[in-house]
Amino acid sequence: MVKFMTGTALLFLVLGLGLIGWIAGRARAAAFVRSAKGGPRGTVNSLPYYHGWFVAICALAPALFFMFIWQSISPSLVTDMVLSAPAAADLPQDGFARAAVLSEARAIAQGFQTAAFQAESEKLVPLYKSALAYYKWIGVAATLLLLFAGGAYAFTRIKPDFRARSKVERVVMFGLLVASLIAILTTLGIFASLIFESWRFFSMVSPFEFLFGTEWNPKSVVTPGADNGYGAIPLFWGTIFIGAIIAMIVAIPLGLMSAIFLTQYASLTVRKWMKPILEILAGVPTVVYGYFAALTVAPAVRDLAVMLGVSNAASDNALAAGIVMGIMIIPLVSSMSDDSIAAVPNAMRDGSLAMGATKSETIKQVLLPAALPGVVGGVLLAVSRAIGETMIVVMAAGYTANLTANPFATITTVTVQIVALLTGDQDFGSPHTLAAFALGLALFVTTFLLNYVALRVVKKYREAYE
Amino acid sequence: MSNAIMDPNPTDWNGQIMQKRIARRYAAERRFKVMGFLAVGLSTLFLAFLLFTMLGQGLRGFQRTEIAVDFDFPALTSGTTAASISGPNADAALNSMDVPGIVELAIAQQYGDISEGLLTTGAAGNVRQMLMDDPELVAAKQRLWLPVDSRLDVAFKRAGEPAAERTIAALAQKDALRTGFNWTFLTGADATDPSAVGIWAAFKGSLMTMAITLMLAFPVGVLAALYLEEYATKNKLTDMIEVSINNLAAVPSIIFGLLGLAVFLSLFGMPRSSALVGGLTLALMTMPVIVIAGRNAVKSVPPSIREAALGIGASPVQVVFHHVLPLALPGILTGTIIGMARALGETAPLLMIGMRAFIPAAPEGFTDATTALPVQIYLWSDEVNQGFVEKTSAAIIVLLIFLLGMNALAIYLRNRFETRW
Repeated sequence: MVKFMTGTALLFLVLGLGLIGWIAGRARAAAFVRSAKGGPRGTVNSLPYYHGWFVAICALAPALFFMFIWQSISPSLVTDMVLSAPAAADLPQDGFARAAVLSEARAIAQGFQTAAFQAESEKLVPLYKSALAYYKWIGVAATLLLLFAGGAYAFTRIKPDFRARSKVERVVMFGLLVASLIAILTTLGIFASLIFESWRFFSMVSPFEFLFGTEWNPKSVVTPGADNGYGAIPLFWGTIFIGAIIAMIVAIPLGLMSAIFLTQYASLTVRKWMKPILEILAGVPTVVYGYFAALTVAPAVRDLAVMLGVSNAASDNALAAGIVMGIMIIPLVSSMSDDSIAAVPNAMRDGSLAMGATKSETIKQVLLPAALPGVVGGVLLAVSRAIGETMIVVMAAGYTANLTANPFATITTVTVQIVALLTGDQDFGSPHTLAAFALGLALFVTTFLLNYVALRVVKKYREAYE
Repeated sequence: MSNAIMDPNPTDWNGQIMQKRIARRYAAERRFKVMGFLAVGLSTLFLAFLLFTMLGQGLRGFQRTEIAVDFDFPALTSGTTAASISGPNADAALNSMDVPGIVELAIAQQYGDISEGLLTTGAAGNVRQMLMDDPELVAAKQRLWLPVDSRLDVAFKRAGEPAAERTIAALAQKDALRTGFNWTFLTGADATDPSAVGIWAAFKGSLMTMAITLMLAFPVGVLAALYLEEYATKNKLTDMIEVSINNLAAVPSIIFGLLGLAVFLSLFGMPRSSALVGGLTLALMTMPVIVIAGRNAVKSVPPSIREAALGIGASPVQVVFHHVLPLALPGILTGTIIGMARALGETAPLLMIGMRAFIPAAPEGFTDATTALPVQIYLWSDEVNQGFVEKTSAAIIVLLIFLLGMNALAIYLRNRFETRW
């Protein structure tokens, strides 16, 4: 607590001083305007509040930047200081035990923990306390120094002809660019972390076993060269079977026919009311669908299977998860189909109707073929959404890998296994944890390709009619 | 063309074959229309079925069964006075009073051999709170209504285990049971006994997570949207930003969880299962949604506004921040609310960063271990105890009310403030 409290207090202090800088800068510039001395051309270049912002930015930017840097380097400085003290000489040489002692002493010194479990760490607590205090004061002093230096520099720059506005606007533009770059950083972060952890995984388990093996029964201790039960084919099959087959059998007819009915047949009032109601289906959280699938749909499906004479029907069957997932996808398919049908030029429909074709013949033989690329793009997006869906399958489908096409059997998926592998207190370097990242990488690449192709198809098709 | 006119057998449009054919085509038309109607109907029916199932099971979760317990306080507490358990030392005084022991004694005196396991785990806490609120109670004999154990609760509301049913029948004969509103459910935290659980802790965790998400995703999303729509020149970097944003909007949410686990927890060493890490992870997920909605809103502001502002001497930054942004704000807010609603219902990424632990108290700060409402639903749905079924559904009702409320607010904002140019 203590550490965060002082950090927050310092942050508020810095921000408060920044506000004072803003007020001071603005007041000084306003004084120029009032005294009507003017600059060389008889006017003040920028409005007073731009001067205020200039002072605030000059004061805050270096101070906040330093705080950020200090936050990340000071822990290692503190550790170095503690280790250089004579009392640290008799620490265990083994790196792991050493780190455990150090982190415990640190936690006690910061007040996160009250009592020590290891005797060695007790001795280090006062050392840590003094080191922490020493570097904390250096940090606070340097932050405030930077703040006042920046503020004072900016304050002296304020003159009637000073171009504060263009300076401030340059900072604003820089801020806009940085905000946009966060998207790239996130993508890179996802890619880098998945690749890095998968790399570690594939140094333990052969990629061939992972991609082509048919047995999924992950062992926590792996032996190189042997079969470790990391064959992901059953998971890939389960994901495709539930997300791309069962769910699509439900979602494509219902979504497409809903879109056709609402755009071509329904009156304006019906359309106005039914469209948002269908959209609600997309807004229901997936955890609710999962609970519904597990509690209501799955038992019903199993009873149906027993009635049909399937003796080994599981209560966590693939069919229930697939059906509910399909229903979740309906609005997506429906709205994508809606868009692409609406994009077909009216002349084509009018021509068909004028030739004497009925409405359904026009839809089936003119509108749908013309809208097909858009519909296909929508279905691809829907598949990508379905295979990445987690909660429905975690709650309703099973955890047992099963290479079967029986919809009443238990089938597991990639996302279910990611959740299962990361459950429990596992060491971050264990093959279980790393396997989750390898599965994540496979999922990421697949959905990326699906989305890319889908967007290309939709875009190309739109251009064809424009 | 003269052939057609000379055709000796012109098509007989009124002939039987043609009539049949037309009838067949019309029938196909009707069938197609009915199929479309059925598709819409089925989807709607499913939604209605889902909502009614949740309502049917969940409304019971807001109720609890209470049992009458007679407390002879003067005898039980050996003459503790109201004055001694009020004032600044009330906490310590109540602690030394051994409220759980008193409750046990009182219920054993009254119900004898069936008294074992009648009350829920939080019942002693309830009595303590009642004494805290009204110290005068301790001066006399009192009849207090306390929540019963989950097994009995289930048995009283629907069918339970045979043993619990027998106890319930015996208690009902004494007229010692009633149904009350379950305040604990709205104010409490997670517990092992379903009749003592509450959603406040999870809800507060959700609120704190959402606060972090909003604080990060909204400014970044709006600034990125403004940059891409107003200033960005067409070059490699801009293309990369656009591809990234479109891709991020479609990445499965669980991948963001893996990112949070690898970067925020493992690399930066941030506190596990905290609202801070949850908010950061969800912010990365929500940001692209806000950017896309923001770009559409900015795009819909007509160029004449910008030209007029430039014409009277505004700088490009002033044009955007003084004129374009205020006009685009309703559209941006609508997109933001929809993105936040999605984040509020999101579960999978939060599971990845460890927000699945049993947390029996509401979080105090952004770095405390916490859970979130959808994760709490998931955790309760996994419980074997029958009493959790109605609690899960009740929590789902609360979550759905918030999501529908947020979506309704978004629609209202759009209709109320959006200008058609």
